[in-house]
Amino acid sequence: MAIQIALVVVIGALAYGAAFNVAQNLARAHIASGFGFWNNTAGFDISQTLIAYSASTSTFGRAFWVGLLNTLLVAAIGIVLATVLGVVIGIARLSRNWLVARLAGGYVELIRNVPLLLQLLFWYNAVLKSLPLLRGSVALPGGAILNNRGLFLPRPAFGLDFSAFLTALLAGIFGALVLHNLARRRRERTGAETPVIGPALGLIIGLPLIVFVLAGSPVTFSMPQIGRFNVSGGIEILPEFAALVFALSVYTAAFIAEVVRAGILSVSGGQTEAAHALGLRSGATLRLVIFPQAMRVIIPPLTSQYLNLIKNSSLAVAIGYPDLVQVFAGSVLNITGQAVEVIALTMAVYLAISLFTSLLMNLCARSAAIAER
Amino acid sequence: MSAISDQVYVRVLPTEPLPPPAADAGIIGWLRANLFSVVGNVVLTLICLAVIALVVPPLVRFFVIDAVWSGSSREACLASVEQPHPGACWAFVRVWFSYFIYGFYPLGERWRVDLFFLALAFGVVWLCRLSAPRRGIGAIYFFVVLPMLSYVLLHGAPLIGLKIVPTSLWGGMLVTVVVATIGIVVSLPLGILLALGRRSGLPVVKVAAVGFIEFVRGVPVITVLFMASVMLPLFVPERLAPDKLVRALIGVALFASAYMAEVVRGGLAAVPRGQYEAASALGLTWWRLMALVILPQALRVTLPNIVNTFIGLFKDTTLVFVVGIFDFLRTIEVARADPSWAAPNVAVTGYVFAALFYFACCYGMSRYARTVETRLARGRR
Repeated sequence: MAIQIALVVVIGALAYGAAFNVAQNLARAHIASGFGFWNNTAGFDISQTLIAYSASTSTFGRAFWVGLLNTLLVAAIGIVLATVLGVVIGIARLSRNWLVARLAGGYVELIRNVPLLLQLLFWYNAVLKSLPLLRGSVALPGGAILNNRGLFLPRPAFGLDFSAFLTALLAGIFGALVLHNLARRRRERTGAETPVIGPALGLIIGLPLIVFVLAGSPVTFSMPQIGRFNVSGGIEILPEFAALVFALSVYTAAFIAEVVRAGILSVSGGQTEAAHALGLRSGATLRLVIFPQAMRVIIPPLTSQYLNLIKNSSLAVAIGYPDLVQVFAGSVLNITGQAVEVIALTMAVYLAISLFTSLLMNLCARSAAIAER
Repeated sequence: MSAISDQVYVRVLPTEPLPPPAADAGIIGWLRANLFSVVGNVVLTLICLAVIALVVPPLVRFFVIDAVWSGSSREACLASVEQPHPGACWAFVRVWFSYFIYGFYPLGERWRVDLFFLALAFGVVWLCRLSAPRRGIGAIYFFVVLPMLSYVLLHGAPLIGLKIVPTSLWGGMLVTVVVATIGIVVSLPLGILLALGRRSGLPVVKVAAVGFIEFVRGVPVITVLFMASVMLPLFVPERLAPDKLVRALIGVALFASAYMAEVVRGGLAAVPRGQYEAASALGLTWWRLMALVILPQALRVTLPNIVNTFIGLFKDTTLVFVVGIFDFLRTIEVARADPSWAAPNVAVTGYVFAALFYFACCYGMSRYARTVETRLARGRR
């Protein structure tokens, strides 16, 4: 009891002392407190904005949302790429082909033992920055342009009423779900397998496509043009964005590969033998027998790798990609000087993202758990 | 009897065993089993060989054959008539080498840094060699004597004639090693305390420990460093505002402790309940129970994980770059951007040199962790 009271007193004293000093230091430096700055005009430019933003009219609050969306964009794309690459390499490490296993092992060892920040700087400064200058831009097939300011793709503009397209897409997804349910019921009743993936993909991709063709495929591309000082038109993919996504995916994939390998190894060898004895081929064994069981072991560490990727996306600040940390804890903090509020809010956002991701992955884990009867 | 032996042939010597089929043994057998067993495997092998053939020769050419090994300025690494396609610019690394190690540490005082590296290496070997004598004293040396000695050596003490070297002059590998060492020295004891707090029955202690650990682990390391370098000066009276490097060190110590606490907690959970009950039955108090019975077992089990956390910490020392500390990576960045060395291949060379350094350190640590792991597994069997 004495220890607990002492601890409370110590923590309380520290907090009080800190608050007192903060108040005094801020007063001396004439820095305001509170979130009053939220609605003031930001006045700085951001190189990549997913929502409308302009330096002269938008507020600090708007800048915050721009940064947050950029972080989420990088994290989402990075997670997808890292998972695909990681699963492939994890399986390759267990390949019976000696060369494949060795190459995958070498990749994992090399990537895991070099700091992410170094890899990021390497891709950005040594690789992407040494691409040709604007004047020597490389024209890629299909009208895309590549130079050291980024990759510029043609921007498709749909002449079609977008809602019709969206309706067809939703109908396709709904149809696929219905199909999936019907197939499952049939299997439970009769034991017969019905192919689902092919027809489902056909529905999801085909329906919108049919609507699109029926409307006379009204699509126009706005091609990127090389101007005197910059490239105009088209979709611009910043080199900062590309380097960050690439470095994050490559780095996290090495860790995911280890997670996947450990998960597959955790399924006992008897399962493989039993599946082979039943006449399943090795691909089907992996897909139908090994993976569903390995998933239970894989999901918890996979979650922490996803969280690491999200947190590591804050390294964007080192190469100037406008993510939450660079925009908010960088530019906004420097302009307003309100360190306490800005850092606290940034941390709170990351905590919230982390909590939400774990929640989502827990749901996945529950569906992968063994249904014990 | 003898009539029979005349008619029956009894073979006395066994026949020589036949050699295994040529296709299953030796190099050919190994190749067949591991590389060319089925059609799919053959295709995979060929693809891999093609990739290797495409990638490796240009790399060797760039980093060894065409590389520029000596020179004193950027001209050496630029394309010229003699070398139309210059490779890696190792001359750059050679010229800047002492900067990469010492930063701006004064020339005349650099022996102090060397001495610090020696003292550190001595402590590391003492602590890590599983067969080294008196490792208890080694621990005291590493966690108590070494930090004080390093402070006196690196920062200086006018009393014994060592000039004070302000931390703004420190840089390069020195700073990386200092940050990593402080992280290790602080995070292990603090992490153990936090882990014990997390498993404690006292609610206030538990809430405080859980809150700290989960908070620090839930946010990016960079924000912790930002907090330490931007907010910390606000939390203390103005005259006490700590040095820039010290602020970064506090940030590193904070997050390293939180990560270490989780590793130690795993080790604590691996100690069977019976050990707690037996120790309590012997009448040990909580502190003695932990110090004499539980922690020695828990730390031993989790030693490989602790080393793995150190690997992560060592890689994360590069993040102090972001709050403006001149660590090893930052010195590479500074040298790379120096206009007197502006040549196309300088950046690649600098980064590859840095990668070699980090890889050597981290790979060494992970090999050590694996050795310990196999040794522990042998003991437990």
